[in-house]
Amino acid sequence: MVPRVIRPKREDGCFFTIPVLYGLINEKRVSSLKLCGAAILIECLIEQGTETIFGFPGGAVLPIYDELYKRSDRIGHVLTAHEQHAGHAADGYARVTGKTGVCLATSGPGATNLVTAIATAYMDSTPTVFITGNVPQTLMGTDSFQEADISGITMPITKHNYMVTDVTKLADTIREAFFIARTGRPGPVLVDIPKDVQIAETEYVPVTGDALIPPLSASHPTMQLRPVGAALERYKLKIEPFAARAVELIQQSERPLIYYGGGVILSGAERQLLELANLVDAPVVSSLMGLGAISEADPRVLGMLGMHGTHAANIAMQRCDLLIAVGVRFSDRALGNAATFAPNAKVLHIDIDRAEINKNVTTTLHLTGDARTVLDLLLPRLEQKTHATWMRQAQSMAEEYLNNDLFEPRKILKTMSEIAPEITVATDVGQHQMWTAQHFPFIRPRQLVTSGGLGTMGFGLGAAMGAAKALGEPVVLATGDGSFRMNLTELSTIAYYQFPVIIVLFNNGTLGMVRQWQTLFFGKRYSQTTLDRGPDFMKLADAYGIGHARVNTVEGFRAAFSEALSLRAPYLIECMLDIDEMVAPMVAPGSPIDSFCLN
Amino acid sequence: MNKNGQNRYTVGVLVSNEPGVLSRVSGLFSRRGFNIESLAVGPTQDQSVSRITIVVLGNDSSIEQLVQQLYKLIVVRKVRVYDPANTVERQLVMIKVAATAAEREGLMRIVEIFKAKVVDVTRESLSLTITGDADKVSAMIELLEDYGITEIVRTGTVALQRGNQIMNSELFDL
Repeated sequence: MVPRVIRPKREDGCFFTIPVLYGLINEKRVSSLKLCGAAILIECLIEQGTETIFGFPGGAVLPIYDELYKRSDRIGHVLTAHEQHAGHAADGYARVTGKTGVCLATSGPGATNLVTAIATAYMDSTPTVFITGNVPQTLMGTDSFQEADISGITMPITKHNYMVTDVTKLADTIREAFFIARTGRPGPVLVDIPKDVQIAETEYVPVTGDALIPPLSASHPTMQLRPVGAALERYKLKIEPFAARAVELIQQSERPLIYYGGGVILSGAERQLLELANLVDAPVVSSLMGLGAISEADPRVLGMLGMHGTHAANIAMQRCDLLIAVGVRFSDRALGNAATFAPNAKVLHIDIDRAEINKNVTTTLHLTGDARTVLDLLLPRLEQKTHATWMRQAQSMAEEYLNNDLFEPRKILKTMSEIAPEITVATDVGQHQMWTAQHFPFIRPRQLVTSGGLGTMGFGLGAAMGAAKALGEPVVLATGDGSFRMNLTELSTIAYYQFPVIIVLFNNGTLGMVRQWQTLFFGKRYSQTTLDRGPDFMKLADAYGIGHARVNTVEGFRAAFSEALSLRAPYLIECMLDIDEMVAPMVAPGSPIDSFCLN
Repeated sequence: MNKNGQNRYTVGVLVSNEPGVLSRVSGLFSRRGFNIESLAVGPTQDQSVSRITIVVLGNDSSIEQLVQQLYKLIVVRKVRVYDPANTVERQLVMIKVAATAAEREGLMRIVEIFKAKVVDVTRESLSLTITGDADKVSAMIELLEDYGITEIVRTGTVALQRGNQIMNSELFDL
């Protein structure tokens, strides 16, 4: 039976087809439909398995929001207070699930508000698709109301972007955008859709399976790095001599060290990484983005490397004779000083992005490809090694903490992990971020959601709500008073949707990380960093109807945190800290990674 | 090699022929800190593909980084750094020289030696075109300066590899 098509004419000239019959129709039997661009977009998002869009409406996306309204049975929407945080929410959603996050905003200011979120996703390689409306093409280039060249603006901060000028190309553009966002080294893709394209009609042909992959971009070199089938066989042949040489390097090494990053998590190579560590019998260190790829309960883990890395990690780096770097990009915050970095080591670099090879650190040998694919090829060739002395040496460098009576960040984080060791933790940027990275033991991948590359203050609350939406369970937001003031407008969003975000606010009354640098490098001249101006965070939480507690003892924190967990509702815990708390250890920027300026 | 220890490289880039491509490619050069000395772009025998030829200063490792960054652009289909010994390079320059009738003869001799072409003559000026590699063009410009150059307009360098080496847009594995 061919379904009857009801096609009323709408005021704005946008036809819609059979929305009232959706759900009754066996989609496979419908070979094609005539739909407007906005409806095609929504159908394509459903094709891609998108469950939730984070966004904010406006004039240039009205047709899209109208179609969204009609298809609310198949696709959800979270309305934020500001587009930036919708972008961070899509990013957070992608980080905890590995699925592609989707964000929607209007033209002009709606689109430019996304810029920070896009750049954040770009620096940390999160698969995200940003959709913006734009003014009709007849008005484009005339400085019309809410017009901005968002594809031009986001060119340097997207993996790729599009402006769709023809409705017949819309469906394939959306499919290609998703493919590019999630394939190879993931990243944000922006699709800008002028309003006339949203309204124009064309045939929509639903596709599934392989047809969702656009042929041209699929053959692009940067997309071939997680090959399957025949392509995998060709890849194996090509990488064979290099893999053999890698095995040789590993066998010859006496003090191997494994350094892993976000690439391991993006590729899902955690099991392979652990197997590598066990076979090579090496200590392991992590980048900020890699935390959790190997459980920190594992004795091989020396902790995070870099400016605020552990003694053990930084010193092991300078002593190792082979550095096996997996899914890392050798950020300057991890390297300290590139010229003195790992001076005794040969470097074996495994990364999916060929441009990361030899960019910041010269490698001895590189294997370009997806971490899981490369490790799967490498592992069967390795023999079990033992480096007992080296392991002992590396582990013996771990720092010890003195116990005192102060209410300090480390104790907050330890308490949190005792109560909820598996909980997902999002952060903002600053001291609290480093304290979280150092003192909360991450035991699983995707447990930490943090803006590593761009270092975006204000990332956290949006990201936490994206994570909470995706997981449907409590998520911690560790934040500072400086960062939190940048995004607290979203308290209304978490309150409205009752997202179980537990905000742990490290309130030291200052922009702590900047103050720390002013203390160490600028003669204690605290220029514009003291936050002696409120608000009263308890009254603020109250205004939004969010549960809250102000604590200044570990016991107080333990009680508040336990209560928040049991409520499974938004909650704000304000932890009152000393203004002079510092992040230690610390290596001054540009210094060798083992020369600590703060212990 | 120039005074900063940088060499001149000629890089060919095959890209999809679509709007915004040039700005994607040139934007990448500027944000990664490369100075473009010249840039020439035009369609190829395949209408869906354009070829960009860029002359850029750098060293071997910075050029390697540049090539890898170019490959990350979805519109880029192939990149090649040309080997100067096996490449023919040309640029086209149009020059207007202030020249009286008396000076014209001397000028014509230069035109002849450099195999340039006169494209316009008036009482006060002589316009000519020259094609050649960068060295030949600069040599001629130097000589013409004595007469007073009033205008120069030049295309960027374009380059073709010698013999059987063909740069096609077939994608290949990295």
